[in-house]
Amino acid sequence: MKRMRAETPINFLLAGLLLLVPLAALALEEPFYITLATRMAILALAAVGLNLALGLGGLVSFGHAAFFGIGGYTAGILSTHASNAQPLMTWPIEIGGSDNMLVIWPVAVVLSGLVALVTGAISLRTSGVYFIMITLAFAQMIYYFATSWPAYGGEDGLSLGLRNAFPGINTALPLNFFLICYALLIAALYLFARIRDSRFGTALQAARQNQVRLAAVGISPFPIRLAAFVLSAMMTGLAGSLFADLNRFVSPSMLSWQMSGELIVLVILGGTGRLFGPVAGAMLFVLFEFILGGFTERWQLFLGLILLGVVLFARGGLLGLLAGKVRHG
Amino acid sequence: MKKTLVAGLFGLAVSVSGVAFAEPVKVGMITTLSGGGAGLGIDVRDGFLLAIKQSGNKDIEVVVEDDAMKPELAVQIADKMIQSDKVDILTGIIWSNLAMAVVPNAVAQGKFYLSPNAGPSALAGAKCDENYFNVAWQNDNLHEGMGNYANTAGYKNSFILAPNYPAGTDALTGYKRFYKGELAGEIYTKLAQTDYAAEIAQIRASGADSVYIFLPGGMGIAFMKQYAQSGVGIPVLGPGFSFDQDVLGAIGDAAIGVKNTSQWSKDLDNPTNKTFVETFQAEYGRLPSLYASQGYDTASLILSAAAKASVKDADAFRAALKAADFKSVRGDFKFGNNHHPIQDIYVREVVKEGDVLTNKIIGVSLEDHQDAYASECKM
Amino acid sequence: MQTTLLIEQILNGVQFGVMLFLMAAGLTLIFGVMGVINLAHGSLYMLGAFACAAVATATGSFWLGLMASLAAAAAAGAIVELLVIRRLYDRDHLDQVLATFALILIFSEGTRWLFGSFPLYLNIPPVLSGAVDLPAGARYQLYRLAIILVGIAVAIGLYLLISKTRLGMRIRAGQSDREMIAALGVDIRTLYTVVFALGAALAGLAGAMVGALQSVQVGMGEPVLILAFVVIVIGGIGSIKGALVGAALVGLVDTLGRFLLPQFFALFLGPSQGTTVGAALASMLIYIVMALILAVRPRGLFAAST
Repeated sequence: MKRMRAETPINFLLAGLLLLVPLAALALEEPFYITLATRMAILALAAVGLNLALGLGGLVSFGHAAFFGIGGYTAGILSTHASNAQPLMTWPIEIGGSDNMLVIWPVAVVLSGLVALVTGAISLRTSGVYFIMITLAFAQMIYYFATSWPAYGGEDGLSLGLRNAFPGINTALPLNFFLICYALLIAALYLFARIRDSRFGTALQAARQNQVRLAAVGISPFPIRLAAFVLSAMMTGLAGSLFADLNRFVSPSMLSWQMSGELIVLVILGGTGRLFGPVAGAMLFVLFEFILGGFTERWQLFLGLILLGVVLFARGGLLGLLAGKVRHG
Repeated sequence: MKKTLVAGLFGLAVSVSGVAFAEPVKVGMITTLSGGGAGLGIDVRDGFLLAIKQSGNKDIEVVVEDDAMKPELAVQIADKMIQSDKVDILTGIIWSNLAMAVVPNAVAQGKFYLSPNAGPSALAGAKCDENYFNVAWQNDNLHEGMGNYANTAGYKNSFILAPNYPAGTDALTGYKRFYKGELAGEIYTKLAQTDYAAEIAQIRASGADSVYIFLPGGMGIAFMKQYAQSGVGIPVLGPGFSFDQDVLGAIGDAAIGVKNTSQWSKDLDNPTNKTFVETFQAEYGRLPSLYASQGYDTASLILSAAAKASVKDADAFRAALKAADFKSVRGDFKFGNNHHPIQDIYVREVVKEGDVLTNKIIGVSLEDHQDAYASECKM
Repeated sequence: MQTTLLIEQILNGVQFGVMLFLMAAGLTLIFGVMGVINLAHGSLYMLGAFACAAVATATGSFWLGLMASLAAAAAAGAIVELLVIRRLYDRDHLDQVLATFALILIFSEGTRWLFGSFPLYLNIPPVLSGAVDLPAGARYQLYRLAIILVGIAVAIGLYLLISKTRLGMRIRAGQSDREMIAALGVDIRTLYTVVFALGAALAGLAGAMVGALQSVQVGMGEPVLILAFVVIVIGGIGSIKGALVGAALVGLVDTLGRFLLPQFFALFLGPSQGTTVGAALASMLIYIVMALILAVRPRGLFAAST
């Protein structure tokens, strides 16, 4: 079912804008703005993942920081073992570390997916606020585990000596790393659009809107939701491993409930359930944080006021504001 | 948009300096100015800016930003300060985990980092760096001082307590490194825990003759209030962090008599310190904390190095920093091979002066003390 | 292990549970009646503590401070309801989460603006200092005992309020059928504001009482907020009884877990390793318990309305 949406031109504009920032930064010799754009792209990727569960499936996960952090720690732990040449485990088979992104990404994705499979299977027995809170509980478990597990730095976190490598590309150059993140973001957006318009996506959105009707046509919502939750976690996990590479550092704060909250904020700020909502949200949020942070030490107060204004007066987020309130599905 | 604080911040017009300094120096300060830990960052910043202001040196430009205690944000600000603001020196970080996130990358890019607080063991030992200077202490120092004092004071059965995170385990390790008696108990609490009734009950039942706590910030305040209310009379020992000017007011009289260790105290008898304490109080209307003293010393060190060498000549500037040719509020100050201080650790006691709770020095625990990791540093 | 120590730890668990109950009761009431998730409940707790500390320091009376905390939190609650929450009743939970998340930021930085960056001083009133003797040779701190009693009193008060008064009847009606109560001609807007202010006042009371034991500082509300959510989810959202049981459970499990687990693991792994593992597990324990309960009973122990 193809539909021409009012927001399509805006989507292209956003994608172009995000790509333009680092190029302009390069021209202006302000390399920091590449870092800023990379941060936007990575957070957008994480939020695209969350948007799959939250926007399409109506599954308000308040624990997606868990997957973000798992991805981050995957990158951190593998590269630590690669740099000190100690095997990650010796039994039953010996597994060493790796500083190759092409190894790290699948591991991060699979691990996030597995954790989501287990926690999702339990969480999806509940709904509504219970679901919000049980996802939070699982994330908190992992958070406390990470803070009190001394092997990989505990609360202090883990420093990556160098950014992990991508075959044939020098990732140490900010622009190259941005392009990698940007390419992954676009791939994730494509995947999101395909999923949304597929039979699976239709069923998922139907499950959000009317569970009874879905059951009436003989479809059980549980496996569909679980699959969406797992896919969603995988994308967020991938973003986490990139985030670790961006900062060359991972810490439990990536797993904190504030991080989960921020991811939700990104999705709503941009426009829940919309393809480019997370992109708009991440760009806006990072920009706010950056501008306000340089402006006043009370920046969090103003950030709060802005967010409040968005919820109260700009329903549907930035894209809702720009492209009208028509919601898909 | 930048919050640029020029030396002439406090209403003085920025005029052309008559003194010829080598080269302008741009300092980026990343510190915690919002949320629960803001008090520490504000003290470091205020101490730092006070020293810059007093020097009258117009060539030092300081950019301050808030890290909100988030490591990721600190990394982002550091990137921005290095790439966009083009700072020469970074400083300001309060917490070890933020320092571990920022420092290795900053020094790898050839920037100087001067720590006004936070001295994680990794940066003092194997991961030490020629461009990293710690102007405060290595994390273990004050704990080691207290471990040594416990021996002198005749304590033989200590109960020790810290949060379950790296700085907490380091703290108890530091204490045990010098303390020679038995342990009546050892507890690691949850980080940011606020109720210590369960732990206090165990302390009461343990038969200890002393209690050593490392509970920074709100955790220490909560513990001390609850401990005093519980009526367990076993003497408490702690590092200066839990008993300094920023928290004493909130703990109240419960803190009176507690022995704590610090590399600085407001009653240290040297002219620099006297000036510092008086002017800080005049400027900000409160007594300085040890964090403020560390910020002040950090700025003084930068000023002394900038007077000797150009910051653009990294080797010369590094040598000038290493020489530590400045008047510290602590009196004697010098750097060891790993660029961490070799300094005296004092024992202080919390007293009440009029209405104000503060500390008074009662002795020296360790003289010219160097950290335990210096030998691991190949510098 | 000595019995006296165990008794003291159990009481500590109960006291912690009571404090959580005060928080959770307000949250669950607000959710039950209005269907709103209020993440800013922890900020109201913080506000109570700050109001109490400021007034107690200015007047020298803890009791005036306690009054102030109730008044300040109730007023703040009412204002927040009128300005923000009121617009969110017919929105989904997502918007409520975002709006109240924003309120946390506003409250935290606003409080710091008003009161400065350093923790405030607040101590227990002299009348309640000291300890009392209990049977079996145990001793327990009077102030904590008082907190337990206040908690029980609040629980009874809430029970009477909800089952015996007109306001309670409306609250019950609101919980079971929102359109119905409007149709009955009840001024639902006022009812909502009153319920919200009541929940806020309970949070403020908890903040003030606990502020005397802990550190009165910005950010003190969030850890408690998360625990209070755990409590109401375990108990069944909307159920005061569930909040009471959930709070007692979380309080006891957390306190006893912190106390017993390190000792337990020390038996197998030696003192150093054992305490580390035990402490790590203890910090995760209540979340594990919560996940287990929800896995078995997806709507908590005492799910109220369906």
